[in-house]
Amino acid sequence: MNQQTQQFETVIGLEVHLQLDTKTKIFCGCANAFGHEPNTLTCPVCLGLPGSLPVFNKQVLEYGIKIGLALNCTVSSFIKFDRKNYYYPDLPKAYQISQYDMPVARNGFIMAPSQNGESKKIRIHRAHLEEDAGKLIHDDAANCSLVDYNRTGTPLMEIVSEPDMHSPQDAYEYLQMLKLTLQYLNVSDCDMEKGSLRCDANISIRPVGQTNLGTKTEIKNMNSFKAVKEALSYEIGRQESVVRSGGVIVQETRLWDENKQMTFSMRSKEEAHDYRYFPEPDLVPFTVSEQKIEEIKTALPELPLQKQARIKERYRLNDYDSFILVQDPLVAGFFEECVTLYPDAKKICNWITGPVLQELNAKKVPITELKLSPKNLTTLIQKVEEGVVSNLVGKDILKNILETGQDAGDIIQSQGLAQVSDDGALLKIVDELIKENEKVVGQIKAGEEKAIGFLVGQGMKKMQGKANPKKITELLKRRILDV
Amino acid sequence: MISKNDVKYVASLSRIHLKDEEVQALTQDLERILGYIKNLEKLDTSHVEPTSHVLPLKNVFREDIIKPSFSQQEALKISVEQQNGFFKVPKIIE
Repeated sequence: MNQQTQQFETVIGLEVHLQLDTKTKIFCGCANAFGHEPNTLTCPVCLGLPGSLPVFNKQVLEYGIKIGLALNCTVSSFIKFDRKNYYYPDLPKAYQISQYDMPVARNGFIMAPSQNGESKKIRIHRAHLEEDAGKLIHDDAANCSLVDYNRTGTPLMEIVSEPDMHSPQDAYEYLQMLKLTLQYLNVSDCDMEKGSLRCDANISIRPVGQTNLGTKTEIKNMNSFKAVKEALSYEIGRQESVVRSGGVIVQETRLWDENKQMTFSMRSKEEAHDYRYFPEPDLVPFTVSEQKIEEIKTALPELPLQKQARIKERYRLNDYDSFILVQDPLVAGFFEECVTLYPDAKKICNWITGPVLQELNAKKVPITELKLSPKNLTTLIQKVEEGVVSNLVGKDILKNILETGQDAGDIIQSQGLAQVSDDGALLKIVDELIKENEKVVGQIKAGEEKAIGFLVGQGMKKMQGKANPKKITELLKRRILDV
Repeated sequence: MISKNDVKYVASLSRIHLKDEEVQALTQDLERILGYIKNLEKLDTSHVEPTSHVLPLKNVFREDIIKPSFSQQEALKISVEQQNGFFKVPKIIE
């Protein structure tokens, strides 16, 4: 086969850095917080001052174990920290405290549901704890860099997947599921824009059928899952064209340029990757008892796929509906509270996955911050189902509730929104309709029953939407067809 | 065998500038240190647990409780140059 027609397979592995949402940093008592004035959250440990010593935050280890267990990993009974040495202004000590050969967790997996409804198993190679570096701002004009050390020492968990993904879509689905799982654990806000979740990718291509891995490149600087997908697509194309034109892939780090939609070589010196790891002498080792692991395991919350399976079965929802509901544990909780108040789960699900989610996406707030309570939503649904208001008016009432937080029943009453179901008033309208639409009435009499819909629509217009359409249909049929 | 190039490489990783005679001396020193390790390797350590720390201690933790941090002014005292509350350093990206 020549190089032009050669088919390639892509191999992708991802490294995710997750900032853990503890009160304090990993090795000192400085607050672990985002958005403060620069260099207001530092201490001798953060700044690497001589004589300062790190002390490990207990909560960080518990979160680390929790994540490891949720990712189906084996949690190590003995862990230690190591120094990763490199010089960069965002790293005051000139080494990062990380874990080299004894990470908290290894050999896990997650099941990532894909578009076609099947789930893919992506293995987790390892997950380890480390400290974050400071933040560098490059000032091109002044030809200098500015450093803020507030982020120094923020606890990070690095989650390294096996190279089990074969397309940008695979990577996207893995990230979605990983993020969702981490959100369920309540250990991080997982906000990529704030940098609490960051992702680097290792990617290589190889001729279809070859078992050895090709030379990989590492892609950095992707600021959203969408960017990961785009950067990987670009990189596949770039690597294929290099190989097709007889070139060789160089192992290197490449940066994704969001504006240009391309990856660029960082052109860093090779020695930058010689980190000379050695055991961190300032920290003693840590042991994790079976009992501790069991304790954390028992306290794990219901995870997304477990919740989906349970909700689907219990409320007889389909795959799609149940999947949408569990995309946000708070939304799933809201739904389940609604079901205790009103028995039609499918109707509740439709309202939540439709107009309510639309509102959430527009406002970007958690469902618990909406002025809508499960009680209020189910009252509204009940009013719609009983025919007190039409579906359309119901949607308007929902908008009203979201703005004012008023009770659905009160809104209907105070604004006179109840549908007219009274035969007398509706008969008058129906008679008017019959008089004004002789031709349509003729069609209906001739057997075109569908034409009734047109008359119902006209009737609703006359009543400004406040009529019960079922009732109008019924009366029209009675008048025209004598049934 | 430690070569002069090994010493130069490690020095460059550590941002240390060495004169030729220093490279020569350090090469010999390192050679002697590694020679001593070679001696140690003759011992049978198959029944000895690997040591990751010399202190007979483990599980030294800190509770997740916030302590006061330096003020910005205090933190920046050690800076060579500063600007708007940031440490100012030479531009680093090539």
